[in-house]
Amino acid sequence: MPDGSTTDRIAYSAPIGDEVKTTTCYMCACRCGIRVHLKDGRVRYIEGNPDHPVNKGVLCGKGSAGIMTQYSPARLQAPLKRVGPRGSGEYAEISWDEAMEIATSALRKVRETDPKRLAFFTGRDQSQSLTGFWAAQFGTPNFAAHGGFCSVNMAAGGLYTIGGSFWEFGEPDWERSKYLLILGVAEDHDSNPIKTGLAALKQRNAKVVSVNPVRTGYSAIADEWVGIRPGTDGLFVMALIHELLRNDWVDSEFLVRHTNAHWLVIRNPGGADDGLFARDADGKPQAWDRARGAMDAAAADLSPVLVGDFTLPDGRKARPVFHLMAERYLGAEYAPEAVAERCGLDAERIRRIAAEMADVAFNQTITLDQPWTDTLGRRHEKMVGRPVALHAMRGISAHSNGFHTCRALHILQMLLGAIDTPGSWRYKAPFPRPIPPGPGPAGKNSKPNTPLAGNILSFTHGPDDLLVNDDGSPIRIDHSFSWEAPLGLHGMMHTVIGNAAKGDPYRIEVLFMFMANMAWNSAMNPLETIECLTAKDESGDYVIPTVIYSDAFFSETVPYADLILPDTTYLERWDCISILDRPIGSSHGPGDAIRQPVLKPDRDVRPFQDVLIELGARLGLPAFTKEDGSARFKDYADYIVNHERMPGVGPLAGWRGEDGSAKGVGKPNPDQLQRYIENGCFWRHDFSAEESYFKHSNKLYLENAKAMGLIGKSDQIVLQIWSEPLQKFRLAAEGHGEKQPPEALRERVRTYCDPLPIWYAPLEQVAHDVSDFPFSAVTQRPMAMYHSWGSMNAWLRQIHGANRLYMSRTKGEAMGIAQDDWVWVESRNGRVKGQVTLMEGVNPDTVWTWNAIGKRAGAWMLSPDAAEAQRGFLLNHVISEWLPAQTGPRLANADPITGQAAWYDLRVNIKKCAPGEEGITAPHPSALKPPPNMPEPPDILRFNAGDKKP
Amino acid sequence: MTSLPNPTPGAKKLGLVIDLDTCVGCHACATNCKEWNTSGHMAPLPDQHPYSAAQEGVWFNRVHAYEAGDGDEGRTVHFPRSCLHCETPACVTVCPTGASYKRAEDGIVLVNTDMCIGCQLCAWACPYGARELDEDQGVMKKCTLCVDRIYNETIPEDRRVPACVSTCPANARHFGDLGDPNSDVSKLVAERGGYELMPEMGYQPVNRYLPPRKASSQVKTAPKEAGPLPSQITNPLLRWMDKVLSR
Amino acid sequence: MKPAPSIIFFTVASGAGYGLLFWLGVLKPLGLLPASSLFGATAAIIALALIVAGLCSSLLHLGRPERAWRALSQWRSSWLSREGVAAVLTFLPATVFLIALAHDEAGLILPAGLLSAAGAAVTVYCTGMIYASLKPVKEWHHPMVAPGYLLFASFSGASLLAMLAIFWGGGFFPALVAAALGMAALMFKRAYWASVDATPAASTRESATGLGFIGKVRPLESPHTESNYLLREMAFRVGRVHAAKLRIIALLLGFALPALLFCLAIILGGGGAAMALGLLAAASAVAGLLVERWLIFAEATHTVSLYYPTQR
Repeated sequence: MPDGSTTDRIAYSAPIGDEVKTTTCYMCACRCGIRVHLKDGRVRYIEGNPDHPVNKGVLCGKGSAGIMTQYSPARLQAPLKRVGPRGSGEYAEISWDEAMEIATSALRKVRETDPKRLAFFTGRDQSQSLTGFWAAQFGTPNFAAHGGFCSVNMAAGGLYTIGGSFWEFGEPDWERSKYLLILGVAEDHDSNPIKTGLAALKQRNAKVVSVNPVRTGYSAIADEWVGIRPGTDGLFVMALIHELLRNDWVDSEFLVRHTNAHWLVIRNPGGADDGLFARDADGKPQAWDRARGAMDAAAADLSPVLVGDFTLPDGRKARPVFHLMAERYLGAEYAPEAVAERCGLDAERIRRIAAEMADVAFNQTITLDQPWTDTLGRRHEKMVGRPVALHAMRGISAHSNGFHTCRALHILQMLLGAIDTPGSWRYKAPFPRPIPPGPGPAGKNSKPNTPLAGNILSFTHGPDDLLVNDDGSPIRIDHSFSWEAPLGLHGMMHTVIGNAAKGDPYRIEVLFMFMANMAWNSAMNPLETIECLTAKDESGDYVIPTVIYSDAFFSETVPYADLILPDTTYLERWDCISILDRPIGSSHGPGDAIRQPVLKPDRDVRPFQDVLIELGARLGLPAFTKEDGSARFKDYADYIVNHERMPGVGPLAGWRGEDGSAKGVGKPNPDQLQRYIENGCFWRHDFSAEESYFKHSNKLYLENAKAMGLIGKSDQIVLQIWSEPLQKFRLAAEGHGEKQPPEALRERVRTYCDPLPIWYAPLEQVAHDVSDFPFSAVTQRPMAMYHSWGSMNAWLRQIHGANRLYMSRTKGEAMGIAQDDWVWVESRNGRVKGQVTLMEGVNPDTVWTWNAIGKRAGAWMLSPDAAEAQRGFLLNHVISEWLPAQTGPRLANADPITGQAAWYDLRVNIKKCAPGEEGITAPHPSALKPPPNMPEPPDILRFNAGDKKP
Repeated sequence: MTSLPNPTPGAKKLGLVIDLDTCVGCHACATNCKEWNTSGHMAPLPDQHPYSAAQEGVWFNRVHAYEAGDGDEGRTVHFPRSCLHCETPACVTVCPTGASYKRAEDGIVLVNTDMCIGCQLCAWACPYGARELDEDQGVMKKCTLCVDRIYNETIPEDRRVPACVSTCPANARHFGDLGDPNSDVSKLVAERGGYELMPEMGYQPVNRYLPPRKASSQVKTAPKEAGPLPSQITNPLLRWMDKVLSR
Repeated sequence: MKPAPSIIFFTVASGAGYGLLFWLGVLKPLGLLPASSLFGATAAIIALALIVAGLCSSLLHLGRPERAWRALSQWRSSWLSREGVAAVLTFLPATVFLIALAHDEAGLILPAGLLSAAGAAVTVYCTGMIYASLKPVKEWHHPMVAPGYLLFASFSGASLLAMLAIFWGGGFFPALVAAALGMAALMFKRAYWASVDATPAASTRESATGLGFIGKVRPLESPHTESNYLLREMAFRVGRVHAAKLRIIALLLGFALPALLFCLAIILGGGGAAMALGLLAAASAVAGLLVERWLIFAEATHTVSLYYPTQR
C-alpha cells in the first residue's frame, strides 16, 4: 500500500493570498514596516517588509501575531454611553451622532469657560503631533501622552546634553561599533533594530556588555552581564568617568571641538551669575585662550585651556567646565571602591570595564577616508571614530535619579569622543537639535475659546519658561513644568487622575483619554486610580465629572468612562508616523511612515484621529475649521496631506510640493499618500557619506538639514557637559530672580538642579525606612507582549498567560523559599501575591516579574477564570504614585527634574504565603462586566484564512 | 512506505541551523510559523479555549529559556525547539498507516493528514516533542519546513525560506542543505561547532544548534599606563593644565 | 506518559484474552484441560471477547478511529501495524478453533489451537515491541519490556483458564501453571523495576539542549505558561511515594495473591471453595495488572519532559 508521500497533495506554489498591502505595524511602538497578505478579505499572513528601513524584512513575535489582535473578540463594537454607576459596566449602545453630540457639548462647555478644565491625555499614541496640536487649539495646557511614565528621563537627559537621546533619537553604530555598553535595556522601543544590531555586532565579534539586574533577553546574549542593583547605575557610570579621568583616558580634542568643556563658568558663590557661562556682550560663551585670555569659545583659532582659575576682563572669576567636572568625578566618592558595594559589583570589574572602553576607543580607532567640513569651514580629510557605543533605556529612565544618570552617560560618551563618530553612538534624524530646542512650553495664558500659541510639550530654558502661577503653584493639572518637575517635557500622566480627584491645583471638568489603560497596568497604583475615577463629592457627583475614553478594545479602563468612542485596529486606519513627532528616521537619514487601511472595520467604530478632527470642527477650533465654519478636513487622511504646521511643513516630509518632488519642505501634494503607498508606506532620505557623522558640527549636514526643515538653524550644536538651564533653576532656588520656587520646594530644586550630573539614592528609598524592604523590585516587558496589548491575542496569551515572581536561587533557598512557592510581595503601599521562580541570573537583592501580564478578571473578553486573572499579577499594586507622606505638598513618586515616574525605585520584602493562601494571585478585584453586544468568544479557534470554517 | 528512503550520498538534507549565541527569545519564529502554517499546508493549527482558562494550541515551534551554569559564570540561553527532520526518524517508521513520511528528494519529514489515524505513536517516538496532535481534527501535525514556501514560485527567491527564518530579527536561524558540505549552513556548522540534540538517541537530526560563544576576546590591553590614584598626586587636574589644545 | 484508560484496558484485556487463547490452544490439544466442549467453547468465547473488547478500546485512543483500517498497511516497519495484522490474522485460526471446540472436532482442535496460540503469542509480542522500540522512553526501551508483555499476558490468560477449569472441575494443571507464572511474573517485575531504577537515563537536560558544556542546565521559562498536548501526553509523572505504594499493590494483587490463591485451590482440589478461590485469584490478577499497566505509563519518562520544568 502506498504511503503518504505519494498521495499528499502539496500546493507548492499557491499564492500567499489574493492581495498584499503594505502598512506600519502597531503591535508595539517599534514602527516596523509590514506586508499584509489578504485572502478572501481576511488576513492570511503578516510579514516584515524587506524594503523597510526599520525592520528590513524581519518581524517580531508580536507583529507576527497581528492576525489574532485583528480578530480578537475584545474589539469594541460601537459607541457606548454609561447608564449605571462607573465601574458597573452598564452601558447603552448609541449612534456616532449621539456620541459626537455628547462629547461636543461637554467639551464646548469647558472651552467656553475655562479650557484647562479639560485634561486630554493619550497613551502610547503615535499621533501626538495631531493630539498635541488639537489640545493647543482647544486651549488647554493639560495635554501629554505616556512619555512621563516611560522615557522622559532619557529624552530630557539627552536633549539637554547632546541634542539627541538614547531610545528615540539615537542608536549605536550597528555596522561599525566594536564595543557596546547597554544599560537597563530590555524589550522596549526599537525592538527589532536592537535585535538585528546585536546579532550583527556579535557576528562581527564585537563585545557587548549589558548592565542590568536581570539576565534575560538582550542581557542573555551579551558577552558580559553586569548584574547591578537597580537605581545605582549612576554610581557605576560616574565610577567609569572617574577611571577615565584618573588615567587621562580622555579625548580632549573632541571635548574642545564639540562640547562646552572649555567654556568658562562664572565663580561667584551667592551671586546671581554664579554657575552661568561667562559671555561677551553679544552673549557668546567665553573660553580662556592660552595666549589671549578670554575670548569667543567658538573661535577657530582658539587654544583653549581646560583647567585653571581665571579672571575675566570685568573682574569676575571663572573656571572651565572641564575643571569643574574633573574635580567632581575625581572625588573619592566616585572611585570604584567607593561605589562597588552599593552597586553590588567588584571595584576591579568597574576598573576593567573602563579600561576596556578606553582601549577600544583609543587603540582600536576607526578611520574612514571620508573628508568632511566642520561648522567653522575647516576641511578634515578623514573621519576618526571611537568605536564604543552606548545604549540605555528604561532601567536608567524609571528611577527618580534617572535624569542625572542619563546625563552622566552622555558625559561618559563625550570623554571618550564617542558621539556621532564612526563606531560610536549616532544621532537618528531629524536629530541633533539645538540644546535645548525651541521656545518654552505653551500654556501660561489659557483663555476661553482661545488656542494656545506654541507647543504644549516643549523645553524650559529657565524659570521664566515654567508653567507656574505667581505663588509658584503649578498651572498644569499634572504639575509638569512646575517646580516639582521643571523639565517635565512629556507631562506626568501618572499624576493626572490623582490630582484631578484631589483638585490639586484645581478640579477638572472633562478627562479625555485615548489608548491609556489607566485603570490597570498604566497606573502606578491601579486600585487607587479606580477610587479616584469613582470618587464622588458631597453632592453625590463624580469628582471627575466627565470621563471620555477611546480605545479599540475592552480594556480595564473602559468600565470607568462615561462615553466610549471605539477606535479601529491598526489595520483599519490611516495613521502617520510624523516627522513632527517621533518619525522612523535613523542614523542613515530621516524618514517617516503611514498606516493605510488594509481592512474595512466590520463594527461601528471610527479611527480616533478622524473623531478628534471632527470634534475640532464641531468645536470650531480655528485650525480645524474653514472661514465659513465648516470642517477644514474631511478626515485624518485629509489632515495628513493638507495640514501645514508652518508654510510648507506638514505631518509628512516625503513627496511634498505640488508635483511631489520636494523633501521636507514643500506645498501639500494631493497625491502624497498614494506616493507613500507606492513606496511601501514609508519615506526615507539617505544621507551622503559626508553628512553621516559628526552631525552636530558637520556643515554640510546642518545646512542640508535646515533646508529640509529638520532644524531651524545650521549653527554648530555644542554638547553640554555643564547644563546652564539647570543652573538657572538652582539660582532661583538660591533666591535669585523674580520666579522662585515655593519654600517647601526650594531645597529640593537647589539640590537636584545641579548643572553637573549627581547621584543620589532614589527619593522613595530615602523617604521611608527601607530596612524592612530589603529587595528592589522591577518589571520587564516580555518580548512577546507589549504592555496590555496582547492578552486579547489568542496566540500571545499562550506564551505569557501568567507571570511569576523571579528571585535569586541562593537568596530564595536561604529564606526557605522553594521553586513554585507562593509568596507575598509587600511594600509600603500594600502587597501582592504571586508564585516564585528561582533563577541564577538576577541580582541577589532584586526580584522581578513580567510587566502587564496580570489582567483584571473579565476584562479583554477573557473568562473570569483565565490564567491572567488567576495566576497573573501586577507589581503596580505595590507602587505608589506619591512619595511617602512628608511635610509640604504631596509629591509625585518621580524624578525631581523631569517628573518621570519612578517605577523602578520600588523596595519590597518577600514572605512565604500561609498554608491555604496558595493558588491564586492577589489582589483580585471583582470581575468586570463586558459592554453590551460583545461577541461570544469561541471555545476553539480554527483560523485558516480563506477557509470558511470558523 | 513508512520505511525511510534509502540514504544516498550527497542527497539533499534541508534543515535549520539555530544560533543560540544570538537568539534573544523573542518568539518571532514561533508566532510567524503559527500564522503561516495555520493557513498553510497543514492548516489549521487550532487553539483550544483561546479566551478562557487553559488556553493552548498546536504550534510547530516553541521557544524555551534555560540557565546553564551557576551564578555569574552561567548563561541564560533561549532555545527554539522544532522538528529536526532527522535522517532516521522513528516518528516515520513507527507510523502504522504511512501517513508519516520522509521525502527522498529533500529529507523533509511530513504527515499526510488525510491518512493519519491519530494514534500518536509518532509523537511518542519523537524524543524532541516536535509533533503535536490536532485534537480537533484528530490528526498529528508538525513542522513542514514550510514546504509550501520554500519552493513557492510566487514568492521572491530570496524569501523562499521557512517563515521562522525569514522573520527572525536576531539572524539566529539559517536554512539550507546540510547534505552539501559546501553550503553556507554546512560551513557555518563547521565553523561554529554546530551540534545535534540528543545524539545518543541515534535519530541523526539534520538541524544543528550553534553553541553560545565564549565572551569575546576583542579587548586585549589597557589603553595606556594606568594612571596614578588621585590621592597619590597633589592635584590631578594639573595634568591638563599644560595640555596644548586647538579647536 | 499519560496513563490513558483506553490503552490500559486494551493491553490488559487483550493481553488476558490472548493469554487465555494461547493456553487453551496449547493445553487443550494436549488434553490437560476439562474435556467438556462447553468448557472449551466458553473459554474460547471469553478469550475472543476480551480480545475484541480490548481492540475496540484501543480504537478509542485514535483521533480518527474510522480510519483504523489504514493501520494494517505498514507492517514492514511499524510494530503497531504488525500488531494489527497479527491480531487480524489470529482471528482466522481462533475462529476455526472456537468452532472446533464447540463441535469437538478433535482433528481441527490441534492445528487450530496451535496456530491460535502462535498468533496470540506473536500479537502480544508485537504489542510489547511497540513500547520496547520507543527510545525516548527509557522505562519502555528495555530488553525486559517485550518479554514482560508476553509473561504477563500468559499469566493473566492462565489465571482465567485456571479459574474456568476449576469451575469445570479440572483445574489442577492450569492452576499450577498460573501459580508458577504468577511467581515468575512477580520476580520478573521486581527484576525489571530494579533494572530501570538503576539505569540512568541516556538523555539529560544537558544532552537535550547541548548546553552541558556550560554547566548544569535548568529550565527558566517555558514556551507557554499553561499546559499543552506534549505536557499532558508525555510529561505526566506520578509522585514517587505514590508510585512505591502502587508497585507493592501491583505485586501483591497482581501476582502474589493469585499465585497463593491458586495454590490453595489446588490443595482444596475442587468444590465451591476452590471455585471461589479461583474466581478471586483471576479477579485479583486482572485488578493487579490494571495497576501494573497504569504504572507502566505513569512511571514512564519521555525525553520531551527534559525540555520543560519538572512537573509537580
